[in-house]
Amino acid sequence: MVTPVTSLGRNGLYDWLIQRVSAVIIGVYLIFMLGYLMTAGDLDFASWKAFMGSICMQIANTLLVIAVAAHTWVGLWGVTTDYLTSLTFGKAATGVRLIAQVAIALALVVYLLWGLVLIWGGA
Amino acid sequence: MKVSIYRYNPETDREPSMKEYEVDTQGKDLMVLDILALVKEQDQSLAYRRSCREGVCGSDGMNMNGKNGLACITPLSQVAPGVLEGKKPLILRPLPGLPVIRDLVVDMGMFYNQYEKVQPYLQNNTPAPAIERLQSPEERAKIDGLYECILCACCSTSCPSFWWNPDKFLGPAALLQSYRFLADSRDNATEERLSKLDDPFSLFRCHGIMNCVSVCPKGLNPTRAIGHIRSMLLERGI
Amino acid sequence: MSIRTITFDAIVVGGGGAGMRASLQMAQSGFKTALISKVFPTRSHTVSAQGGITCAIASADPNDDWRWHMYDTVKGSDYIGDQDAIEYMCNVGPEAVFELDHMGLPFSRTEEGRIYQRPFGGQSKNFGEGGQAARTCAAADRTGHALLHTLYQQNLKNGTQFYNEWYAAELVKDDEGNVCGVIAIDIESGETVFFKAKATVFATGGSGRIYASTTNALINTGDGVGMALRAGLPVQDIEMWQFHPTGIAGAGVLVTEGCRGEGGYLINKDGERFMERYAPNAKDLASRDVVARSMMMEILDGRGAGPDGDHVFLKLDHLGEEVLHSRLPGICELAITFAQTDPVKEPIPVVPTCHYMMGGIPTNVHGQAIKLSGGHEGEDQFVNGLFAVGEVACVSVHGANRLGGNSLLDLVVFGRAAGLFIEDQLRQGMTQYEPTDANIDEAMARLNRWESSTGGESVPALRKELQSVMQNHFGVFRKGDLMAEGVAKLADLRKRIANAHLEDKSGPFNTARIEALELDNLLEVAEATAIAAEGRTESRGAHSRYDYPDRDDENWLCHSIFDPKAKKLGKRDVNFKPKTVDTFQPKARTY
Repeated sequence: MVTPVTSLGRNGLYDWLIQRVSAVIIGVYLIFMLGYLMTAGDLDFASWKAFMGSICMQIANTLLVIAVAAHTWVGLWGVTTDYLTSLTFGKAATGVRLIAQVAIALALVVYLLWGLVLIWGGA
Repeated sequence: MKVSIYRYNPETDREPSMKEYEVDTQGKDLMVLDILALVKEQDQSLAYRRSCREGVCGSDGMNMNGKNGLACITPLSQVAPGVLEGKKPLILRPLPGLPVIRDLVVDMGMFYNQYEKVQPYLQNNTPAPAIERLQSPEERAKIDGLYECILCACCSTSCPSFWWNPDKFLGPAALLQSYRFLADSRDNATEERLSKLDDPFSLFRCHGIMNCVSVCPKGLNPTRAIGHIRSMLLERGI
Repeated sequence: MSIRTITFDAIVVGGGGAGMRASLQMAQSGFKTALISKVFPTRSHTVSAQGGITCAIASADPNDDWRWHMYDTVKGSDYIGDQDAIEYMCNVGPEAVFELDHMGLPFSRTEEGRIYQRPFGGQSKNFGEGGQAARTCAAADRTGHALLHTLYQQNLKNGTQFYNEWYAAELVKDDEGNVCGVIAIDIESGETVFFKAKATVFATGGSGRIYASTTNALINTGDGVGMALRAGLPVQDIEMWQFHPTGIAGAGVLVTEGCRGEGGYLINKDGERFMERYAPNAKDLASRDVVARSMMMEILDGRGAGPDGDHVFLKLDHLGEEVLHSRLPGICELAITFAQTDPVKEPIPVVPTCHYMMGGIPTNVHGQAIKLSGGHEGEDQFVNGLFAVGEVACVSVHGANRLGGNSLLDLVVFGRAAGLFIEDQLRQGMTQYEPTDANIDEAMARLNRWESSTGGESVPALRKELQSVMQNHFGVFRKGDLMAEGVAKLADLRKRIANAHLEDKSGPFNTARIEALELDNLLEVAEATAIAAEGRTESRGAHSRYDYPDRDDENWLCHSIFDPKAKKLGKRDVNFKPKTVDTFQPKARTY
């Protein structure tokens, strides 16, 4: 059977688990934020900054950023290996797929670093 | 009634085309396979597979008005509303996603390859007893809904994941058979079987679309079987 | 003409139960074995077998004895089954069935964890004295499917070389009549190839498609019998055709005898359980020939149901939904699909339908094809290089009437036996007979005839006519003058088929070509059946004549042998000498 080098977990079970766990993190975060925004009343920049600057939220935001990056990678990796194959691109498929995956990976690394700087850099 | 059939003969046709036929069913709700026999009387060059004509051999899987199924156990009235009454044509195409050899006959090679990959045979390295290996009715019940597969390929060829990766994703039919042996109390190659399934493609390309369940002419549920294997992998991997 | 040659130690023609059991045996032994099948193996007709495989494995009854099974089979055959062969089958049977379990066949189970056995027709305990036995090992009502898939899986495991969707068209013989292999067509490409082998095993199955109404698959066109007859080889007891009591009226689809084994019974249009009148003891579980005849009598006497009074009913609803869905799930599906009837609520309309060819290529227990009867004293002579197993063979274990569940046993026991024998012969060194170019040209003649046809009647029309001749002149009840008429019609058909037209001569997946070649085989089987049926002037087992209503042991306690060259019927002794038990002497057959 096939174990591709570009898969995150290098293993279907881990990819599958990463996808589920990251989804749960994103889901819980969204529900929590929704609840916060609905109950927080009048929100000004200072209170928002204080809220986001708390160590709990810094950890939560870090988890979120990592989860989104992992989730996106696993999902888009699946999309590229479904659609960017020899069925559509013939012999060029490997090249096309590699370029797409590198582009996605670069974007995610930038996003991840930028996110972490935003979260931790302001403190 | 009108019948529209996908025709392609690699010797004479550069590309496939749909050909129209007029068939007299005398108002009867015939099976689609009966219609094909009537068409073949008019035009003997039409190629399709058939054998048992009662839905147990799995030869005549095809796409009927957009849905995969067995021609021999699909009455006109079930194909689509209006087909029996002649208001709409019966549209027959080969199973999607596999190379066409001729007309409604597809090359099933990739499908069978995936079946063979799951080692679809009982493995037990303990010496066989002088009689049968005992199995309780409860243990035996675990392979109900699995062993009945007829390898018609209706499921795998309706599965988008199989369309995109027919060489890497095993497809619902092969995975159903994989679980048939994982679930058999007489088989003890569980670890070896599971170790071959935990790459990102073989099993995990199943996204639970469930086309396989909706087309299976034997009413089997490959998605559920895949779920069971995933649980076994999870238990083993964590 | 030169064509590509592929060489093997042994080739098996036919991918059903018998063929795959034989190929498995040989593949395990490491000899170079090919299996040629005109369909992917799991599409073979074995897949349609429902009820089970009869065998004294002593699960339902710990005291069960293979000799009781042997007695039932001899009696069922109306005493023209060879007792040495029946003895072998019933005795070796349990071993062969346990092997199937070890291979993974998903048998239904008893509370003790053993293989579930159900009662079938013609089964008894203690040589007919101990009442109904339950001896048919079942995987729900899908035993044939389970068996066929299991055998295919084992062949995959053991590396059998499959030639799937290859059609064996003709035997190749050398000048002395020794078999050298077959000519086969790759259906996918249209290429014709000579398969050369030391042993050629026919496992081509039955030929129910000679009748208009049959439970048989569309592929059951008697290819093996056709090839043998064209090669001038004799066939045995070919007049003996089993009509299964319960084919779904109109559709011809089989409803297993297991339905009656589980407690279902037949009723006429008045709701009467009529089998009580015809077979007071066994009732609905009398032998198939008896039940089929009784049903036809009901219909002919005006007690048939439906607007045309042409069928009776199989009642199952009293068994309850749970039993039906657990023991007979496939039947429930088939009845709903083909009779628009839910057996849980209403009875299924059924009618006797052509089901099984008891006759075929005469063989010994090793599957060796016999060319000339040994007569009373002499020994049988064999066709060098040719073997036959399964329905195409006539060993004969079924004689004039096969018992339900004995066909699957026949497949695995004799498929295995032939495999073992050939393996042994190959080890000792078997001769590879070499054909000359002229021999190969001779085998190609029929193919070339179709390829060069420029006009004439169409294959589907001729096939339909042949099937209706067989249906109308050689059905459940037969009569001399009607059969003579049928024989004449077939002679006429032979001339017309010899001039029929193959319009489509293209190469890839040309099913019209295959159907044309199959038509030749149907004709051979039909003609042999017709002449043998007309020639056997008695009623025995499935062969039932108005003009000769009684069994005639003085003249016909023997096999019939049809000689295709002279188109004459001869006789061959039945074996009455089992090796380990006393002979079962013929007696009146009542149920």
